[in-house]
Amino acid sequence: MDKVKIGTCWLDGCSGCHMSLLDMDEDIVAVLEKAEIVFGPLVDAQEWPEGVDVAVIEGAVSSQDDLKLARTARARSKLVVALGDCAVTGNVPSMRNGIPVRRLLERVYVEGATAEPGVPTDGVPSLLKRAEPLHAAIKVDLHVPGCPPKPDAIKQVLGDLLEGREPDIESRLRFG
Amino acid sequence: MTTKKKPATTRITIPHVSRIEGHATITIKLDEAGQVDDAQFHVTQIRGFEKFVEGRPYYEMPSITARICGICPVSHLLASSKACDSIMAVRIPEAAAKLRELLHCAQFTQSHALSFFHLSAPDLLLGMDSDPAKRNVVGLLEAAPETLRDGIALRKFGQQVIEGLAGERIHPSWTVAGGVNAALEPKVREKSLAEWPAAMAIVKRTLALWKKTLDRFPDEIESFSNFATMYCGLVGPDGSLRLYDGKLRFVGADGSIVADQVHPDDYASFIGEAARPDSYLKAPYFKPAGYPEGIYRVGPLARLNVADRCGTPGADAELDEYRGRLGRIVQSGFHYHYARLVEIVYALERMRELLDDPAILGPKVRAQAGVNNLEGTGVIEAPRGTLIHHYKVDDNGAMTWSNLIVATGHNNLAISRGVLQVAQRFVKGVKIQEGALNRVSALVRAYDPCLSCSTHAMGRVPVVLRLEGPDGEMLDELA
Repeated sequence: MDKVKIGTCWLDGCSGCHMSLLDMDEDIVAVLEKAEIVFGPLVDAQEWPEGVDVAVIEGAVSSQDDLKLARTARARSKLVVALGDCAVTGNVPSMRNGIPVRRLLERVYVEGATAEPGVPTDGVPSLLKRAEPLHAAIKVDLHVPGCPPKPDAIKQVLGDLLEGREPDIESRLRFG
Repeated sequence: MTTKKKPATTRITIPHVSRIEGHATITIKLDEAGQVDDAQFHVTQIRGFEKFVEGRPYYEMPSITARICGICPVSHLLASSKACDSIMAVRIPEAAAKLRELLHCAQFTQSHALSFFHLSAPDLLLGMDSDPAKRNVVGLLEAAPETLRDGIALRKFGQQVIEGLAGERIHPSWTVAGGVNAALEPKVREKSLAEWPAAMAIVKRTLALWKKTLDRFPDEIESFSNFATMYCGLVGPDGSLRLYDGKLRFVGADGSIVADQVHPDDYASFIGEAARPDSYLKAPYFKPAGYPEGIYRVGPLARLNVADRCGTPGADAELDEYRGRLGRIVQSGFHYHYARLVEIVYALERMRELLDDPAILGPKVRAQAGVNNLEGTGVIEAPRGTLIHHYKVDDNGAMTWSNLIVATGHNNLAISRGVLQVAQRFVKGVKIQEGALNRVSALVRAYDPCLSCSTHAMGRVPVVLRLEGPDGEMLDELA
């Protein structure tokens, strides 16, 4: 039987949801045996591949790069899971939404520099006006809230998906 | 890094630097003769914490800034709590200070384990040129399952101590302005002590393995940021290594002390920050030397260069061997890996000392006070290096200004120059070899850059390798 192909990424987030995934500890080995991780921070693939079964996405959509990656992941994956509060609601990254992008950048790179002040523009993606939850950018099939979601909740979701069941996480849902 | 203007050159881009904690892009420029001429390390996101926290009560800062990083939330919790202590003008209770340091040692253990085992071991144990499809934890599971299981177990030990102390592994709310919000339960102490020997055995095993493996990488040792810089880290009054509390020391490339016992409140006299046109990550520099001459490094390699001793017996024995083998000042960035393992020994030994100290069970763990200073700074050594939180508040305690300088930021100039050095050594001609790409990425991995942290202000760093011709045309891309 072919292994289930999983891709993971984080957009505008802190990586805490990915760390919570690793907090399954030794149980991660069982996941690695049943699934093939085809994209993500632990593997060397340079591009989100075609034919992914499950996309697990952490973080809000905040820059042009985030938007591009979210859309690519959606187009090339059967099922998209929004992992954690930033992907589900925008959470902490969206705290910047009341501030015009230019002011934010000037605060950091002009007022906040003691040498060569200036907003970076070479080889860096521009910020979107607002940091938005994932479902504002692409269709999301499953929302798993939490900051971060508990390892048990992630384990249940992945376990159900790997076994071909519809994930039942009602009892494990929590924000914050 | 050089910013000299030259005729249009060939450019290589790594679009997605993998197995790092975040997203980076690298551009390598070739001259007309096909030689590597320049390199850029782009960090590609900004989040704007320094601006959007304005108006929040200062005591929310530990919880908000923990969300800068899910790998080392404890670092931000601690630096932020220390800045808050300073705003309240309190000296926190002895048990609270010890508990915070204990939490920090647990974090060093888990974070260093993640860097060595989960992220870099595939390069180090499977080989820089090994099959990229298997050069990851799954490949490790097949080729070196005991080592991967050791890594998982060591990380778990650190995370479990954090969970025992603070209630949660990631983003706990236990560390607060004025101390911590609950005393240590004796059963957590007993459990941690019971599991400690197995963790130490893993580190010892791994150090023995690494000492045997190290010599297989002469080219990497020679070219991974192998150049003279200054170094910075916290030390105690006696010059020994400190992680949670201490004063800043800067040493020169030859080990001479340039500045010592600098109070964290005075950091801005010594550290400036330059904006860069090609990255959302600013570049701190040693202010008296100016930019970019004031390049310095932080993190495990720098700390072991800066400190006279570690201060615990097992770590000092390892430090003697490390220095006997590599010299008193270790310059190659490749040795961040070795230094990281030595530091885990220190973190575990220090953890043991703290757990054995009866004062750690003290019931008084939190000082209560209002706003007594309108400005406060908190500095700690995060796993990746010196972390600075600097806040200003109004009379009501609402944040009016903040500055955060994170570990990976300090290393920005060194990583950028290191990318250039390793590219000059391994990138040949206009066709990109996968092994060359991986070595450029591996150089970045050696620093264990935390791009979640560094993009508190900026963002994530996917590494893209792009090769451009003299007229700027794309010759090759690995994406």
